[in-house]
Amino acid sequence: MTSEESLVTQAQNTWCPGCGNFAIQHAMKFVIQELEAEGISRDQFVLVSGIGCHAKIADYFQLNSFYSLHGRTIPVATGIKMANPDLKVICFAGDGDLYAEGLDHLIHAAKRNIDITVICHNNRVYGLTTGQYTPTSPYGYKGKSTPQGLHEYPLNVIELLLGSGATFVSRAYTRRLPHLRRIFREAIMHPGFAHVDVLQICASFFNMTTWYDERIYETSESNAGLFEFACRTAQQWNYNDDAKIPIGIFFKTKKPVLPEKKIKKEVNRSNLVKTILDRAT
Amino acid sequence: MEAEQLSEYSVLIGGKAGDGIAQAGQLIASIFSELGYYVYQYIDYPSLIKGGHNFCIIRASDKPVFTHRTGVDLILALDQKTVDLHTSNLTTKGTVIYDSPKVKTEGQALPIEEIVAQFKGRAIMGNTAIVAGFCGCAGIPWNLAESVFRKKLTKETDINLLIAREAFSRTTRCMQIHPVEGASPRPLLSGNEWIGLGLLAGGIDAYVAYPMTPSSGVLHFLASVADEAGIDVVHPESEIAVILMALGFAYAGKKAAVGTSGGGFCLMTEGLSLAGMSEVPIVIVLSQRGGPSTGLPTYTAQSDLLFTCHAGQGEFPRFIAAPATPVEAFKWAAESVQLAWRLQIPAFILSDKTLSEGIYTPETTPEVRAYPPLPSPSYPYKRYADTPDGISPILIPPYKGEVIKVNSYTHDYEGITSEDSEMSIAMVHKRLRKAEKLSAMTDKPGAVICGGSVKAKTAILCWGSPRGVCNEVAQELNMRLVSPVVISPFPAGEFRKAMEGVEKVILVEDSSTGQLDKILSLEGYRTDELILRYDGRPFAVEELLEKVRRVAS
Ligand code: SF4
Repeated sequence: MTSEESLVTQAQNTWCPGCGNFAIQHAMKFVIQELEAEGISRDQFVLVSGIGCHAKIADYFQLNSFYSLHGRTIPVATGIKMANPDLKVICFAGDGDLYAEGLDHLIHAAKRNIDITVICHNNRVYGLTTGQYTPTSPYGYKGKSTPQGLHEYPLNVIELLLGSGATFVSRAYTRRLPHLRRIFREAIMHPGFAHVDVLQICASFFNMTTWYDERIYETSESNAGLFEFACRTAQQWNYNDDAKIPIGIFFKTKKPVLPEKKIKKEVNRSNLVKTILDRAT
Repeated sequence: MEAEQLSEYSVLIGGKAGDGIAQAGQLIASIFSELGYYVYQYIDYPSLIKGGHNFCIIRASDKPVFTHRTGVDLILALDQKTVDLHTSNLTTKGTVIYDSPKVKTEGQALPIEEIVAQFKGRAIMGNTAIVAGFCGCAGIPWNLAESVFRKKLTKETDINLLIAREAFSRTTRCMQIHPVEGASPRPLLSGNEWIGLGLLAGGIDAYVAYPMTPSSGVLHFLASVADEAGIDVVHPESEIAVILMALGFAYAGKKAAVGTSGGGFCLMTEGLSLAGMSEVPIVIVLSQRGGPSTGLPTYTAQSDLLFTCHAGQGEFPRFIAAPATPVEAFKWAAESVQLAWRLQIPAFILSDKTLSEGIYTPETTPEVRAYPPLPSPSYPYKRYADTPDGISPILIPPYKGEVIKVNSYTHDYEGITSEDSEMSIAMVHKRLRKAEKLSAMTDKPGAVICGGSVKAKTAILCWGSPRGVCNEVAQELNMRLVSPVVISPFPAGEFRKAMEGVEKVILVEDSSTGQLDKILSLEGYRTDELILRYDGRPFAVEELLEKVRRVAS
């Protein structure tokens, strides 16, 4: 068995043909192999997924994983990382999962700069529950829960993340594979909270391939350290209009990182209890 | 009763929120403990920071006490309301010490504002003055009072001591509280602190919680000792995050506990069910308060029992212990950590405001047990390997060459999602076998507490914090006391033994429906009388005596 094969489990893959999830899995597999070759053991990786089509990635990777709940990747990942700062903790989340039900966790994870990587499979639709709108679906989107057309504008998640204090904010596209790999790699290696909003298509419910292909371009990233510049780049496309869509690292900076690495002392609990009781006497 | 008067005292101190009533109460409790008494302190306060009426009752006895009495020997009044509301509870020889000229009454006047101003103290130091006044009135030697003030008032100690000395000398002795012969001071901690200490003894590595009365004391206590104990204490954005973070800690090999009250636990039920399915262990401290919804946030209740038993979708085993005393709180908190990790289940410490925020000296010296290590896995590792008792050994990432997968879906032995019919059944059976194992491990002596006249045909039945008061009433009326500490899985064997020969059952509970009654009816028991209280206040001894007498006759 090659190392590439053994990174994948025997579980039968049930994603629809043409789904963007394949590209995400493929790019991640490549990056993990690359990092493994550079000395990061594969046992160090823990994948946390939410619920939705994306989340099956936990079953498909032959790696440590916590297949969690809808919207709840981030708190689980945070606990894992706090418990063991040496682990490389990567969240896979869907846009419905992460930007709707799990939004507060996302904002707070960015705020506390917890050293995890969040990869959002953003197909702008609920796939597994058959095509309802999500927080990034465009205005007027007709899904089963909004047959008359959606009456809300999408969230510009890049702006939201910048506003939340994220120290690594990026966007990628599943049909730009080398770019996707580079972004994944940089996100994983970034000390602190790293976010990748991956635009992908849902082949069954929201196939935007041509539309994206015509609009997406790679930004230069030369000003990725400048917050105001990042905000302007984020505003080039608002997840709704017909503008050009920048992909790349919008913003990258350094801030104090959680968890702080500290040497944990071994404490004799019996003595500790005695000390505390003495003090309370 | 006359002889017992000498070995037992109750002191009530009252004032406005912001007057430092709770702290003053603790000073008085410490003074009694220093004199060798067992102490219990009840605190009553509304959900506000300034104003309103707060009071504490400190009961000291030469025997362990876990409840308060209505009758008090001394009232310390920092406001008029204290006098207006509580003077009727004064025993015949009792006295009021009051802040004059602010409060109008009879007894010992103490010009607190004047004394505090004399030493340029802050208004809050009025609480030091009135406690010193109590010492003067109760014949407590100054050097003993001083040593307690020094130890407990670590900020602005000098000014506090000057104020205390002055107030002490301005009161005249009206009674003499003697030290208990041969007794030495005992530790004095809140129920929440006893629980926190038990969690430490049980081996937790992390505590995750969002502030919520009356459970916050556990968070505050563990945060204050986190460095010393080498544990992580985290306060995240919500109770939803709390339980999921804790499950993350647990997956990565750190024993984690969480704490909350009803409303926060509502949010946690999603994560609770995840813990049940993924078999990731967790300890949940659940301190009940009046509900539903925001309810009575600073008052007590036992109305979340059935919710705790059934919370979360689907079926999975859980352990619930409802301790009633400090040593039990300590012991079951420690046991819960061990049971949760041994069986990979959620384990609950079910407390309430009375236990959590009550302050206690322990009935005995708490014992710290050494626990055996967890069984080691076989390789190649399967997270959900099937075993005769349904318990799969835990392996912690990173582990070279092994993959460790946990899953919220029904899964196979490796942890990969499976919707296969046979596998689904196998996983249900695995969880049911864990439940059987848990029953066998917990239906043991100690799971049900008996007291009073243990052969009596009438039994007072209770669980959790009301045990203290029920026990005293059972003793007084020659009735049997039966009180399960383990609630889930219900200790049927131990309970049967405890109930042998009982003909009449009186259930006492701080709820409006008698929730333990519902559980018992499933076990084939019938209660004859329900004494229920749901105004958020615990029964005092005299109050419950009267209620039980009425239903017993
Ligand atoms: S429904 Fe959409 S997102 Fe889900 S697997 Fe199919 S194509 Fe992919």
